[in-house]
Amino acid sequence: MNPLAIIGRTLIALTREAGAMSLFAWRGVSAALSPPWYWSQLGAQFLRIGYFSLPVVGLTAVFTGAALALNIYTGGARFNAEQFVPNIVVLGITRELGPVLASLMLAGRVSAAMAAEIGAMRVTEQIDALETLSTDPFRFLVGPRILAAVITVPMLVLVADIIGVLGGWAVSTQILDFNGATYIRNTVDFVTRWDVVSGLIKAATFGFIIALMGCYHGYRSKRGAQGVGRATTNAVVSAAILIFAANYVLTTLFV
Amino acid sequence: MSKTDSDIKISIRDVHKSFGSNHVLQGVDLDVCPGRSMVVIGGSGTGKSVLLKCILGLITPDSGSIIIDGKPVTHLSERKRAKVMAKFGMLFQGGALFDSLSVWENVAFRLLYADGVGRKAAKQRAEAALNQVNLGAEVMNLSPAELSGGMQKRVGLARAIVAKPEILFFDEPTTGLDPITADVIDNLIRRQVTALGATAVSITHDMGSVRKIADDVAMIHEGKIIWRGPVKDVDNSGNDYVQQFVTGSEDGPIKVLAR
Repeated sequence: MNPLAIIGRTLIALTREAGAMSLFAWRGVSAALSPPWYWSQLGAQFLRIGYFSLPVVGLTAVFTGAALALNIYTGGARFNAEQFVPNIVVLGITRELGPVLASLMLAGRVSAAMAAEIGAMRVTEQIDALETLSTDPFRFLVGPRILAAVITVPMLVLVADIIGVLGGWAVSTQILDFNGATYIRNTVDFVTRWDVVSGLIKAATFGFIIALMGCYHGYRSKRGAQGVGRATTNAVVSAAILIFAANYVLTTLFV
Repeated sequence: MSKTDSDIKISIRDVHKSFGSNHVLQGVDLDVCPGRSMVVIGGSGTGKSVLLKCILGLITPDSGSIIIDGKPVTHLSERKRAKVMAKFGMLFQGGALFDSLSVWENVAFRLLYADGVGRKAAKQRAEAALNQVNLGAEVMNLSPAELSGGMQKRVGLARAIVAKPEILFFDEPTTGLDPITADVIDNLIRRQVTALGATAVSITHDMGSVRKIADDVAMIHEGKIIWRGPVKDVDNSGNDYVQQFVTGSEDGPIKVLAR
């Protein structure tokens, strides 16, 4: 086959997919921001995305903070700069690792669950049923998920920031012989409001990506178990890639 | 005999629909009169489900028009579409009950989420609708997954009738059910359509079901309506395609392997 034809076909497919995704996002955001709102659905999504993800996010953060402290101590020792462990841990956690790693875990947990649930609803005609019951599926399914993710992922990341710093503190005081009070004082004195806020802005963006990918791939799921399985995989992979890409763009804006 | 607009509840005119190179509907024309139960028969892959979804607005036809109560409904805004949907009740082939909701919440869904009825009143109406399909209060709080296939169909029927719709749609209502349960569902459908005075459109390939629930029958083949008439004429249609379908014979103009 002609290589140019392959490139052309791939570009057309990518453009078509990007267009479909943009239209879907527009409809989803419109549904999230205009009445009627389905409060019970929104509450359920707050619980699923926020509360039930706390253990995963917490465990990720505590081990990341601990490992970060050990690595910074090892690297810093080469320049007699071990005392900067608290400063670099809090900077790394709040600006980068907290939002990115928590969101990647949520992409695996939340995007996959959304794609599987909405995909199953698609193949069992439950989404068609919603329409015949005078209920817009975008308002009932997509809007609440996007809204809940944009609000709860920053909250989760804030918790991850605190737990990540505590993970670094625990390792530093128990293994690296740091003084606990001094560690905390250094952390608080060093971190700025913008370090935290920029991480939370990233988290809200990643939350949007997580919900959008889960809903988009689930909604477009083809018939059968294989279709739902493929939608779930696509949701996780595309959410993870978009999180990395968005992280790079936001970091260049925030530096 | 020609019919005036007021004699026709649903009018389908020259409706075409293709999926890629597959031309599923190739110019469907069909009228359904008010208060009549129209059953569309046809083999698998002949376009029955696509036709039903076009009427419901779940699929937009490529061309042609669908007119309900004298008003075209093919290209409507979200709000106008919701108003038209308020006239409809639909029983899906697999029930399409919402897994995350209890039985009564499924039945009362339209009342709760579209009509703004309070939970207490909605629950009472759901219980009444369940009673009409011979289900008692003991199933109200169960999950749909705890019900048998026949019970799920009955809950789906209760959900379709709870808001007293003007038009009821049934997609293969007896598929996958044993003959006795299928007969129960057919009787319930006939009784509810008559009680509501509703217009009904069903698709099925179950001739037993056709004889129970139809006033009029139309046969779709290769994307076109090739015969229609009252149910009493279906056995003597004079149409070879209908005759083959009714008798279920392999011999005739319909070639299964060719589809």
